[in-house]
Amino acid sequence: MKKQKYRAAEQQSSRAVVLLRNKLISLFTFCSSALLLYCSASSYAADVSLHGFFQGNYSLGSRANPDGGDFKWAEERVQLKLDASKEPFKLFLKTDAFYDHIDEKAQIELRESYVDYIEKKWDLRAGRQIITWGLGDLIFINDVFPKDYEAFFSGRPLEYMKKGVDGAKIGLYPAFASFEFIAIPIFEPNNYTNARRFYMFDPMPNVTNREEKDPATNFENTEFALRAYRDIAGFDTSVYLYRGFYRKPYMIPDDINSTAKVTYHYPKLSVYGASLQGRALDGVLSLEAGYYDSRQDSSGTDYTVSNSQTKFLVGYQRQLWEDFTVGLQYYNEYMHQYSEYVKNQPSGLPKDKRLYQIATIRLTQLLMHQTLKLSLFSFYGMSEGDYLINPEIKYNFSDHLWAAVGGNVFGGGEKWSQFGQLDKNDNIYLQLRYEF
Amino acid sequence: MRHLIVLLVMLLPFEAFAISVEDVMKKSQAAFHYQGKDFKARVVMKLISKGGQERIRELSMLRKNFGEAGGEQKFFMYFFQPADVKDMTFMVYKYPAKDDDRWLFVPAINMVRRIAAQDKTSSFVGSDFTYEDVSGRDIQDDTHTMVKEEKLGSRDCYVVKSATRKGDVDYAHKLSWVDKGNFLPLKEEYYDKKGELARVFSADEIKNIKGFPTITKRVMKNLLSGHRTEVSYVKADYNIGIEDSLFSERFLKQPPKKWIE
Repeated sequence: MKKQKYRAAEQQSSRAVVLLRNKLISLFTFCSSALLLYCSASSYAADVSLHGFFQGNYSLGSRANPDGGDFKWAEERVQLKLDASKEPFKLFLKTDAFYDHIDEKAQIELRESYVDYIEKKWDLRAGRQIITWGLGDLIFINDVFPKDYEAFFSGRPLEYMKKGVDGAKIGLYPAFASFEFIAIPIFEPNNYTNARRFYMFDPMPNVTNREEKDPATNFENTEFALRAYRDIAGFDTSVYLYRGFYRKPYMIPDDINSTAKVTYHYPKLSVYGASLQGRALDGVLSLEAGYYDSRQDSSGTDYTVSNSQTKFLVGYQRQLWEDFTVGLQYYNEYMHQYSEYVKNQPSGLPKDKRLYQIATIRLTQLLMHQTLKLSLFSFYGMSEGDYLINPEIKYNFSDHLWAAVGGNVFGGGEKWSQFGQLDKNDNIYLQLRYEF
Repeated sequence: MRHLIVLLVMLLPFEAFAISVEDVMKKSQAAFHYQGKDFKARVVMKLISKGGQERIRELSMLRKNFGEAGGEQKFFMYFFQPADVKDMTFMVYKYPAKDDDRWLFVPAINMVRRIAAQDKTSSFVGSDFTYEDVSGRDIQDDTHTMVKEEKLGSRDCYVVKSATRKGDVDYAHKLSWVDKGNFLPLKEEYYDKKGELARVFSADEIKNIKGFPTITKRVMKNLLSGHRTEVSYVKADYNIGIEDSLFSERFLKQPPKKWIE
């Protein structure tokens, strides 16, 4: 998980991008509807299924929020999933409608909407889709796709940590290996915690003039990602390439000595990575690494852009007794051109270490014919001494109804470190879902 | 001369006429877990608590053999029910004499990952069956002895005691009633380490599918908890030409309709 040092800007995509996105979505919706109509009108009716859920999700902070509210999250939500297929096509729509009690507004959110075209040796998926790469459990190296960290920190179901991308994916499956090639024309940043609901470190709390600049939507800024994978000696082996942007905003003060305005930007990034996963030591062993090439600051002298880094993860998962599993991870980030970083980092801003390390543990016990799940997940920042502890109890009352109660406890470290800065945001949450 | 032959035959040990217990277990394994080149079933599992509350697990299960009975197999499962696991898929590469490889696809986040569950003790989707009950146990993991031969209902059976060698499962030994005709296990009793009867398996319906006798209804009952699991094969078929490529990450993420329906 990327460090989150600065106040995340309110998401303000430029008007042009929003317009283009809306146009693309309308075009896509039109095409999908046409396809659906074609499928249902043709002599062989398409296979159509509709599923979804009703959900209540509430997260109560241990103290009042910065804006005085008590809840980090409070909503009721309905999700509809429509699946229609008629070979070689498949259409999938996943739409949420929810009422947010904190902002007191109802909204519709298109989570996924894509069309698949499937051939024997290749396939194509076009539209909004969720893509997950890499092996980490809540630690992402080669999963360069957008995330919603606020969803995780405020006790929403885990699937809401992943955001869809608007793009196209081509899968190629020759005998010797498989390939996924992805093009994303419209940039989507990560979502970080909302400053009205979460206490966070802000190095320039008095600067109110803030602006966010997304990469312009044009061919040159289209993100490309490639994954090649196959089995090698019983290990699932992948290599990954990515050319695009950091999804975390970096701040550019107009004048570091007397800042009146801060601009957030998303610097250019390329990632070269690999991963291995297989059976070892009576469990599952995972190894993943990636080189983050910060293309806008290869010399490491620009403090408004991240330095290049090498990231490494080792994970091990094992079942110790019936329905009890332990997962352990060790992760580090090594900063390149560290002496340039130290030389150029302005004195008022916190300094990262050359080597940043995190360990995680996940314990899961299933009981009562796997209808009751007790779990504990924890991050421990070995470099900063900060932590996150997330215990959860989930019970399936029936095949349709489940509830989860859990908590997020943050602390330790420095006031700017990843979990340390969230110290005042401890919360307990409830997720209640009826699925159909 | 004729008298001599009769005398010799009478002197031969009884076992020379009967099938050996190892052969019974090998034939039973082949009949129960390895019939056909491949196999597909639409499976409905009812998990029934002591108080009568029912939960349903409905899935398509595909299996393909790679080699002889007792050899490598691959399994592919797609879940229809319950709603919170709908569209999940699960894949197992099963190897003789070493741990299986297992992958799970979680559709909500479009992710395939390996899982570390041990097949010997883990419950299959919360049922009274373990993974090993579903996919079979290596014959050499147990010491088998022929206890007796007796009728179970109208069927002649071998009764075999299989004592675990390594203590790697939650029972100490098992008694199996193996049908002398088709070698399917008609009943199994699992005894715990205290010698008490803990679980009972019974084959309640056997149908002939493409010439292969197949258990289409079975029950596993846990006598200690009162919980039981009833399994029925709604549809089943053999030798349908499942391609090797089905057992891949690609199709875990996009299970082909023709195979899962």
